[in-house]
Amino acid sequence: MAGLEPYKAAQQGLSFLHESGKYKGILGWLMSTDHKRIGLMYLGALLSFFSVGVTLGVLIRLSLIAPGSILNAQQYNEVFTVHGIIQIFLFIIPGIPVAFGNFFLPIMIGARDVAFPRLNRLTLWLYLAGAAIVLLSLFIKGEPPDTGWTFYAPYSIQTKANVSLAVLGVFVLGFSSIFTGLNFVTTIHRMRAPGMGWFRLPLFVWTLYATGWVQILATPVLAITLVFIVLGRVFGVGFFDPSRGGDPILYEHLFWAYSHPAVYIMVLPAMGIISEVMPTFARHKIFGYKAIVYSALGIATVGYFVWGHHMFTSGMSDTARIIFSFITFLVAVPSGVKVFNWVATLYKGSIQVDSPLLFALSFIFLFSIGGLTGLIIGSLAPNLHVHGTYFIVAHFHYVMFGGVGFAIFAGLHYWFPKMFGRMFSERIAKTGWAFLFVGFNVLYFSMFILGYQGMPRRYFEPPPQYHGWSVVSTIGSWLLAAGIIIIFSNLIRSLFKGPKAPSNPWGGRTLEWSISSPPPAENFAEIPVIGEGFYGKK
Amino acid sequence: MERNSDTESIVHAGAESGIDYTGKKIGMWLFLFTELLFFGGMFLLYSVYRAQYPAEFHAGAQEENLLLGSINTTVLLTSSFTIALAIAAIRRGSRTLSMYMQLMTILFGICFLIIKYFEWSAKISNGIYPDSQLLLDMGKGDILFFSLYFVMTGIHGIHVLIGVVAISIMLVYTWRGAVSKNSFIRLENTGLYWHFVDIVWIYLFPLFYLVT
Repeated sequence: MAGLEPYKAAQQGLSFLHESGKYKGILGWLMSTDHKRIGLMYLGALLSFFSVGVTLGVLIRLSLIAPGSILNAQQYNEVFTVHGIIQIFLFIIPGIPVAFGNFFLPIMIGARDVAFPRLNRLTLWLYLAGAAIVLLSLFIKGEPPDTGWTFYAPYSIQTKANVSLAVLGVFVLGFSSIFTGLNFVTTIHRMRAPGMGWFRLPLFVWTLYATGWVQILATPVLAITLVFIVLGRVFGVGFFDPSRGGDPILYEHLFWAYSHPAVYIMVLPAMGIISEVMPTFARHKIFGYKAIVYSALGIATVGYFVWGHHMFTSGMSDTARIIFSFITFLVAVPSGVKVFNWVATLYKGSIQVDSPLLFALSFIFLFSIGGLTGLIIGSLAPNLHVHGTYFIVAHFHYVMFGGVGFAIFAGLHYWFPKMFGRMFSERIAKTGWAFLFVGFNVLYFSMFILGYQGMPRRYFEPPPQYHGWSVVSTIGSWLLAAGIIIIFSNLIRSLFKGPKAPSNPWGGRTLEWSISSPPPAENFAEIPVIGEGFYGKK
Repeated sequence: MERNSDTESIVHAGAESGIDYTGKKIGMWLFLFTELLFFGGMFLLYSVYRAQYPAEFHAGAQEENLLLGSINTTVLLTSSFTIALAIAAIRRGSRTLSMYMQLMTILFGICFLIIKYFEWSAKISNGIYPDSQLLLDMGKGDILFFSLYFVMTGIHGIHVLIGVVAISIMLVYTWRGAVSKNSFIRLENTGLYWHFVDIVWIYLFPLFYLVT
């Protein structure tokens, strides 16, 4: 039995990186159902796509200070579309759940694997297939997609670019996401170790649970919407074509009914990482455990009913706009609760300022700016003025990159020793963080100013009066890219040359720190029994 | 009462063999939630456009073949009954009966698709299909009604086809003994899926054939 071999390896204490089973080499990874191997493959793929996306982003910034000298207008449209598709659908939506969730969810609840290991492997294959299809749309005959990542109809139905293929890729990626959510929710219901009650779950697990539900219930809406685009392009079905009775605004409704909850697919697990990092480095139990749990569930629930705020300027009744605006304000409350909890966790703690904490603190700072500016654009009157400007771009990147991106970096540094069994250079990590943090703010805060002054977004050639801040923003993009290069080189170097990591380098209190680094193949030789007050008590 | 203790012993037996019966059931239900929202997008479009063009939808439904639609409804409902019988049979250990019932379900499913094929080809030969000149010359409400008809019954048809394939696989499993009295969760989950496909049709039928 091939299935027994990893178990034997586990009993001998060999790590999951050790070859076992009937497949060797790269197949030993692709055919593996080990959640840790799947998590690492996802992590590798995600960070590669992220690097490509960042490169394209830097290219966009370059083009904006010298329109026409690097990219022509059509290429500019293609580059910002592909930047969006890669960063959103290939990196940040699957992001934390598939990489860190896969690796740590089973360990954190004291299980040997997820509920459906083979389905888990299928999600990886679907992800790779979806990514391949999306990339194919860039290189085959015809032009890369030029619609923006939102695929708004009717342009997405009319354009000659390879939209059908890109949309098909995103459709396949959606199934990967749905099955991951389904798997995690079932795992959390069924696989918890004895004694691991719901309110003893680590907070990262709680956020994965809330995320799983959003993945299950929101992603299919996007799937059917994308099917409509393909049907429109291939069979001339005009659901969003006014000349055939269709309504383009309905496309926006359907698209955002998924894509706003998708924001919470990205940000909830990010909040989970922060909720793990803060208590570990504050040496203090998390403040208000239950408040964080309930606010995660609250965000996941209320998050379904705010999509209309993406469409305040698209054409909607005043009543609908007021209701959507009000609910948008409501959904800010649980996020605020969390921010207070994290900050309060530091109070009277014994704070150890290591790189994961720096990233986590930056998350709180940047996410707060992103969240508060979200309230400005969530109010009807200011929204009308800034909706078409860089203010939106700045807000979006503060939440997505300043929020989720920094949380991914926090998780990456926090769990790196556990995943690979090596320590990294703390000094270089902090240098990288400094570049990233400063670069980020120079890059995106300038956009708030530009947006407030009225610089329109998505323009190939911005009006000349915005040139000054545009240059500042572009310089920020170089600092940010330098930070990312420093961070990645540090981690890649440490993979091979870093000193061996102990099993619990940070003094973490969750279960992954109770097993060796890297973890053995089946995680636990014996399933742990969770006692009273296991989690969060000092 | 008897059924409850029955289920408990199965859950117990599953736990011993390492199969989490309840877990697999939860997974399937979550998948059905996903399917529900997938179709939900289509039903949403239908409701919006129906509210916009009530008269055209009314007229469009008169063009549908009520007889064939009703026969198909009966066929699918009966097939839901036979798949339920197949599961009940395997739980009691009658493998042969279960296989017959699965075969019946497959045949009903194919029968549904064949009838659907004739309905579609009748429309297409009359020149009514998305992007056809005849349809584009009609009013906007008519275009939407028939486009929705083709899209919704088409995607439903694909689900029926997937169901037929899934039940065929279950039939092979049952024949080989991989689905048996002690391990029938795969058949049961396939049955759940089949019932779901059936329920979708229960809504499609009135929306396209009976709204006249």
